[in-house]
Amino acid sequence: MEPQLQQALINRLLAVADDELILGHRNAEWTGHAPILEEDIALANIAQDELGHAVLLYGIVADLGGDDADTLAMFRDADAFRNVQLVELPKGDWAFTMVRQFLYDAYELALHQRLRESAFRPIADASAKILQEEIYHLRHSHAWVERLGLGTSESNRRMQAALDTLWPYVGQLFVESADAEILVKADYFPALASVQAHWEQIVIPHLEASGLVVPDTAPIDAPRTVHTAHLDALLADMQLVARSDPEATW
Amino acid sequence: MINDLSAETIYNALNEVMDPEIPVVSLVEMGIIRHVAVKDSAVTVTMTPTFSGCPALIEMQTLIRDKVRELGADNVHVETAIAPPWSSDWITDEGRRKLKQFGLAPPQAHGGNVVMTFFDPVACPRCDGTDTTLKNSFGSTLCRAIWYCNSCQDAFEQFKSL
Repeated sequence: MEPQLQQALINRLLAVADDELILGHRNAEWTGHAPILEEDIALANIAQDELGHAVLLYGIVADLGGDDADTLAMFRDADAFRNVQLVELPKGDWAFTMVRQFLYDAYELALHQRLRESAFRPIADASAKILQEEIYHLRHSHAWVERLGLGTSESNRRMQAALDTLWPYVGQLFVESADAEILVKADYFPALASVQAHWEQIVIPHLEASGLVVPDTAPIDAPRTVHTAHLDALLADMQLVARSDPEATW
Repeated sequence: MINDLSAETIYNALNEVMDPEIPVVSLVEMGIIRHVAVKDSAVTVTMTPTFSGCPALIEMQTLIRDKVRELGADNVHVETAIAPPWSSDWITDEGRRKLKQFGLAPPQAHGGNVVMTFFDPVACPRCDGTDTTLKNSFGSTLCRAIWYCNSCQDAFEQFKSL
C-alpha cells in the first residue's frame, strides 16, 4: 500500500475507533446511576459493544503498523485522539444521553452500511460484525427518543434542549478530513456526504414524529484533533489505572 | 505429538468444551468453532466471537488450547476469524435444545435479516406459551435479552438473534 494511503487509512480508522471508545466510556458512566435497573443493564451492554467495536478497529490499525489497542486507548494524550467533540461531552441527563445515542447510532448504521462494501477487506469484515450489534442499539435509542419526545411536557422540554445543544456537534461527524479524497478514491471509505444523506433519512423524520424541532444551527468549526477540556478529564479517569503501572499484566 | 490425531478427533473433543457463559452448550454446538486444521505437528483451531465485545473470548481461547493439548498436541494455535460474522443461526439443533433446557429461549432463525425477528413473539422456555413481552433488548450478558411470560407471570432470558 502507498505510504500516503496507509497513513490516511490509519488516521481515518482511529477517528472511527476513538468515537466508539470515548462514547463507550461515557455510557459506562451510567453504570449504577441509570434511572431504572433495566436501563443500567442496557447502557452497560451498549458501552461494552462500543468498546468491542473499538478493539476490532484498533486491531486493523495495529495490522497496518500502528500501536496495539491497549496502547492506543490508554497511552495517548487528548491531542492524539481523533474523536468528535460530540462523544466527549459529559453524559448530562437521561434525555441528553439518549438523544446523543440516537444521533450517533444512526450515524454508525449509515456509516457501516457503506463500509461493509469497503474495498479494504479488513474494514468490510469488521463493519459486517459491527452492524449486527448496531441494529440493537439504534432500536433502543430510537424507542427512547419517541417515548420522551412524546412523553410529558417536561420530558419533551429536556429532549428539545438536548437536541439544541447537540446539533452543532453532530455536524462534525460529516466534515471530511484533509486526506479524505485518497480514501474515497481507493473505495476504502465512503464520501461522508453520502453517509449524511442516509443519516438524515433515519434521523429527521423520527425526530419530527417524536414532537421535536430539528435545529438549523451550523456545525462547529473544528478538526477532529481539537478537543474540549472534557476529554482531558475523561482520559484522566479512563487511563488512570493503566498508567499507574504500565508493566502490569492482566 | 500423537501421530494419528486428526482434525475430526479434535473437533469431536471440542464438543466437550462448554461455553463459559452458558456451561451446558459446547463451543461446537454454539457454532463458535469454524475450522480445525492439522499440518505436520501443528494444530490450528479457528474460532469466532459471538459478540465483538464478548468478555469470554480470551477464556474460550484458553479452554480450546488446553483441550487440544490434552489430546497430546504441543503446537496449538487458536485463531480468531470475524468474517463472515457469527450468526445465531449457526447454533445447532442440539445446542438450541440445551439452551432451552438451561432456561434460555433459543434465538429465532432469521436467515440474515435479524430485524424480521423483532416482530415475532418468543416462546417461554418454561411453558412454551407465546404470550410474552420483550422487557429489554439487553440482559445479563451481551448475548441475552430479557422477556416476560404473561402466562407464567415471570421473567425469562432469551439468547438474542444475531
